Amino acid sequence: MSDPADLIIVGAGPAGMAAAATALAGGLRVVLVDSGTAVGGQFWRHPPEHARSVIPTEDLHHGLREYHDLREALAAHAQKGQLDLRLHHHVWSAVRQDDVFVVHAVDRRKAPQEIAVVLRAPRLLVATGAYDRQLPFPGWDLPGVLTIGGLQALLKGGGVAAGSRVALGGTGPFLLPVAASLAARGVEVVTVCEAAHPRAWLRHPGPLLRNPGKWAEGAGYALTLVRHRIPVRPRTAIIRAEGGARVTSVRVASLAPDGSPRPGRERRIEVDAVGVGWGFVPQLDLLITLGCALTDSADGNAVVAADEGLRTTVPGLYAAGETCGVGGAALAVGEGRLAAESVLADSGAAPVLRGKRLAAVRSAVAAQRAFARALALAHPIPPAWSSWLTDETVVCRCEEVTAGVIGTARAEGACDHRQVKQLTRAGMGWCQGRMCGPAVHCLTDPKQAYRPAERLVATPVTLGALADLDT
Amino acid sequence: MTSKVVVVGAGVVGTACAFHAASAGLDVTVVDRGAVGAGTTSRGEGNVLLSDKEPGPELALARLSRSLWEEAGEELGPHSIEFETKGGLVVANTTEGLTALREFALRQSTAGVRTEPVERVRDIEPHLAPGLPGGVHYPQDAQVQPVLAAAAMLRAAVARGARFHTGEIAAAVTGRGDRLTGVRTVVGDVLPADAVVNAAGTWGGEVGRRLGAPIEVLPRRGFVLVTEPLPRMIRHKVYSADYVANVASSDAGLETSCVVEGTRGGTILIGASRERVGFDTTMNPAVVARLAAQACRLFPFLRRIHLIRAYRGFRPYCPDHLPVVGPDPRAPGVIHACGHEGAGIGLAPATGALVTAHLLGRPWRGADPAAHTGLLPDRFFLSGGVPK
Repeated sequence: MSDPADLIIVGAGPAGMAAAATALAGGLRVVLVDSGTAVGGQFWRHPPEHARSVIPTEDLHHGLREYHDLREALAAHAQKGQLDLRLHHHVWSAVRQDDVFVVHAVDRRKAPQEIAVVLRAPRLLVATGAYDRQLPFPGWDLPGVLTIGGLQALLKGGGVAAGSRVALGGTGPFLLPVAASLAARGVEVVTVCEAAHPRAWLRHPGPLLRNPGKWAEGAGYALTLVRHRIPVRPRTAIIRAEGGARVTSVRVASLAPDGSPRPGRERRIEVDAVGVGWGFVPQLDLLITLGCALTDSADGNAVVAADEGLRTTVPGLYAAGETCGVGGAALAVGEGRLAAESVLADSGAAPVLRGKRLAAVRSAVAAQRAFARALALAHPIPPAWSSWLTDETVVCRCEEVTAGVIGTARAEGACDHRQVKQLTRAGMGWCQGRMCGPAVHCLTDPKQAYRPAERLVATPVTLGALADLDT
Repeated sequence: MTSKVVVVGAGVVGTACAFHAASAGLDVTVVDRGAVGAGTTSRGEGNVLLSDKEPGPELALARLSRSLWEEAGEELGPHSIEFETKGGLVVANTTEGLTALREFALRQSTAGVRTEPVERVRDIEPHLAPGLPGGVHYPQDAQVQPVLAAAAMLRAAVARGARFHTGEIAAAVTGRGDRLTGVRTVVGDVLPADAVVNAAGTWGGEVGRRLGAPIEVLPRRGFVLVTEPLPRMIRHKVYSADYVANVASSDAGLETSCVVEGTRGGTILIGASRERVGFDTTMNPAVVARLAAQACRLFPFLRRIHLIRAYRGFRPYCPDHLPVVGPDPRAPGVIHACGHEGAGIGLAPATGALVTAHLLGRPWRGADPAAHTGLLPDRFFLSGGVPK
């Protein structure tokens, strides 16, 4: 693509794909950047192109028609030269200089070689999604204990089941599709521990009634789970994983209303793999560094503050999907479209969606946002979750910082996760607190929404690739 | 003679002031709007350097500070502050540069700094690039973990009766004859004091103004890079001889000359860009790229090592690049202790001891006010307390 781009989109998941398709349909020149080997993000993760015919994954997916439509639209525009699709590109920084966004990436198509790439456009849309929120528990660092997102990624991306007897735990509806996917590949899902009480939904019935599609989706999973005889146990949690070289069993506890284990109500279950997820954390690194205002979301995360047109507080910068609050793929697609419409309008281009179609997307997005909020309120992190920890439980795995050490830092006056990091090194290692940050936050300042540490470098990048930028 | 002191700022300098003043038996309250060491203290590399200082008032303070860090390590436990005497290695890139470096080192050694010329720098740093003409080894250069050190000094001060007050100061409170009687916070709390120490670092200019003792302290932005953890590859603080020129420079533009060092955690720190851009927090990838390029020229193996983090802070500097330590002649009871630029960690204990000596009106722990007159705020004023 020799002409300068009108728009850079970081993230080719549902939000980024939909935004790109709409912007391209409106005549804009788009650069779509993603670290993955194919478009689709986590939700529509697929095996690499060359392996798709031998690893069937179609039955694990939802909304595939949308995926195929978007993929074809992107491919057609790439062919015409209007879309510059940059897969295997990892964005480590994005800055705004003189009304132009400069996006710094490294091209890893020929890994381990890394080539620095600099992209420029007057507008930038960040749709970097989210990842599993983890709460530590004794034994969570044993091999065989995964995030539920990780279990799903292995299945969708390579047809791999991480175990043959799996226990799932945490909270939120994402537990159900993961259980269904595992069952579909012949895995015995021995238990699904849902910490929330189903009655929590009755406190916010409105959004459920206004989203009949979600209701039907839930009923579909329920049927699958019944068919495979998978027990879903509300008000329980996996509070310990046990084993030697890898996990061999879990302890499941019945929970009191505050989330503390009920004495004497523990069960031991033999497993060879475990999946845990406590909702998601939006990936905000690029947006925070660009200076976007944040706002609190009902699930305990700070998210990007965006207007109805998905404009952030930084002129020319847009966000869509989970970065604006975790809400699932359908919402992300709708927000991607609306964000692209804003880009078109702000660039002086004609809209793609008009009249009733635009109104329909807007009202669907509003309904799905309300649903996501109700969902977050019905599936909170149990307030007393830290009672599962022992002083020896590792919280920061990169730097091997235990709950006991963090407790000492708190006792000495550390009042937030940043201060705990300075005093204990929790969050200073390879993952830069992406994994332990929410947990350390919940241990120190649970009343506030989690604002991740500022990460000026959004992904590790070799010094050689950086040095080559300096001319 | 003072008895009640309020120290504004719980960074490494403020906590060092509190530690020494409390050790001297004074009644100390530390006030900060944030957590201990959360400002510039948490944004540096933890340098305790003699190697980059030319003979003069700053080197005199640095030499005292170096021995006081050692004492603090013994008192607080070397592990609690991660005090490490790793030594510095300054390398020249050219033979002309080497001649200039050796002359500089000679002047330093007559001022009491231990210097050891090195012919083959790869004998003591095996992973350095080949072909470097030589360098100078400074065995006294050391390292502390600044936030741990600030927290440990504050803890020790509290153990000696000091208090920590979370708040932001608004103004000095004066009694009869303009005598200082305390400071008031923005929420209206009054902390009684007959002396107040301005140890607000980069925000020392604003705090000075609120105390009726304005001084010029300006921010200079600096980026530091952190790599993935590695087995120990770099043993000293290694930097190019250009660094010394940059530290002393007042140029507005970007200056980088990297300092590369391994840490106890296994990561390698690459530091020391300097930009005068006010309090602009914007990420600057060009600076990061420049530091990376310089580090890779010194240590070629770094090309394949990953950067995992970058952070930046604002080093506080005075117009003449010297810290300002001592009583303000215009506002009785106000003592400044700020403007240390990139050397605040290294200079903290001696600054704390010197402030305590001013408070006591007699030398304290080797700090004699008569020996450090070059750092007094008086130098900024012509007469009658009017800034130049």
